[in-house]
Amino acid sequence: MIEIKNLTKKIGSTVILNDISFSVPKGEILGFLGPNGAGKSTTMKIITSFWTPTSGKVIIDGINVMDDSLKTRTKIGYLPETVPLYNDMRVYEYLKFIAEIRNTKKENIKKRIKEVIESCGLQKVIKKPIEELSKGYRQRVGLAQAIMHEPDILILDEPTTGLDPNQIVEIRELIKKIGKEKTVIFSTHILSEVSATCDRAIIINNGKIIVEGKPSELASKAGAKETIYVKIKGKKDSVLQKLKEMENINEVSVKDKETDEIYGYEIKPKSGVDLRESLSTTVMNSGWSILEFNKKSISLEDVFRELTK
Amino acid sequence: MNKKQYLKTIYILFKKELMSYFNSPIAYIFIGVFLIVGNWLFFNSFFLIGQVNMRGYFDLLPWIFLFLSPAITMRLWAEEKRSGTIEFLLTLPITDWQVVLSKFFGALVFMFISLLLSISLPITLMFLGNVDLGPIIGGYLGALFLGGSYLALGLFISSLTKNQIIAFLLSLAFSFIVFIIGADFVLMKAPAFLAPIMRFFGLGSHFYNIAKGVIDSKDIIYYCSFIFLFLWLNARTIESRGWK
Repeated sequence: MIEIKNLTKKIGSTVILNDISFSVPKGEILGFLGPNGAGKSTTMKIITSFWTPTSGKVIIDGINVMDDSLKTRTKIGYLPETVPLYNDMRVYEYLKFIAEIRNTKKENIKKRIKEVIESCGLQKVIKKPIEELSKGYRQRVGLAQAIMHEPDILILDEPTTGLDPNQIVEIRELIKKIGKEKTVIFSTHILSEVSATCDRAIIINNGKIIVEGKPSELASKAGAKETIYVKIKGKKDSVLQKLKEMENINEVSVKDKETDEIYGYEIKPKSGVDLRESLSTTVMNSGWSILEFNKKSISLEDVFRELTK
Repeated sequence: MNKKQYLKTIYILFKKELMSYFNSPIAYIFIGVFLIVGNWLFFNSFFLIGQVNMRGYFDLLPWIFLFLSPAITMRLWAEEKRSGTIEFLLTLPITDWQVVLSKFFGALVFMFISLLLSISLPITLMFLGNVDLGPIIGGYLGALFLGGSYLALGLFISSLTKNQIIAFLLSLAFSFIVFIIGADFVLMKAPAFLAPIMRFFGLGSHFYNIAKGVIDSKDIIYYCSFIFLFLWLNARTIESRGWK
């Protein structure tokens, strides 16, 4: 359980985080979305007590990070944006160091390393020097580092950047698997990742939370509306007039023109109303014909672009 | 955190630090350069002087250390910052002091190992004549304290920058200054009222006392405070990372 209350961070006179509050219950995967420089990493750095906040509180399982950070740190596994690997070590050596410094009992070290190697799929590279690893493997070793001490809370800063599509899917699966019984916050600027992995998402921009909710709800919460595109064969002016007279329509505009007879229209319905049927009956009854019909629901991408412009 | 746990953590980090020297070519180059330069400079004049002692060697040692210590310390923090591992290291459930101490002792033990490898010198001397062991033991002890002071200073400077070259040059410059202010040829030119103060604060004068075989608690305390001061400053800089 992570509770963040009125968190503010200023560096000099620049405000990086502006009074942010949210909480993540146990067993939830929270996606932390936002453009570069929005304050995602800063929030994570404060949760992991790498940085101190200017004001506000971070409470982890009831303990304030500022009061007893040595205790909260044991509960957290952290993968920073730049994967923290010692290039001069070999993978096994590195994992052993992590296990030791994370205070794993001596008799359990081997067993724990083996488990981590398996869950992160590192079998092939355990003897390799870290500097020879590919980006995907580096990320996995970084993740192995974060889960070594079986933390209740995982903070992952852009765990999928720079990976190829297959690796992205693998890492996502891994996060999902791990996230079943842990609290996970991970940041990303890839939106499909949020719908694919998260229970809940927060969009943050310029240090402020803009919208918060289930990935499927984000669009409507952000006030985005679906539109209908329809291509009708008929006289433009009378079509426009007829459409405007219809119930439940907010706005009608001419989008494009194919011939003098055929125009494409964009219709914005009132929210929550399914217009498809009434629209087609109206057009049929007036003796025109529908040539194309297309319902465009707003994607997360559009929401994101709209909100963080 | 209990004491045992505290020390165990330092030991684990220390082990990692020390290993990282030998995992990279730095250690071997350092030891190689140290032994070759030291031995060559020493034997260069040894046969001309014709005395069976190591005074010449211990006169040189501070100057060799002056260049080699910054080479050890320049990467200690700078590299962690560059590779991002600092964010991992400082979010572990350990204190900043533990990290600073393990880095310092890692460097000190590495320096001790290189000094130990130069033991061929006094052994050679023992074959050549009667050696007075006092100054030699004092010399090695003094070298360790002097080296430790350079390392503490260099470690602190390394924590201020991301760039290894800058860390190296600044450490070299500052080490040189604190070494030279106590040297005789500077003191001769210094105003009379400043001279004793400068002699006290200079790293060099204390070293030559110990290297004579006179182990005075004053000198030991001086070195320990010097080292502690810079380790403390180091821990402060690390702590203040989130304030800027």
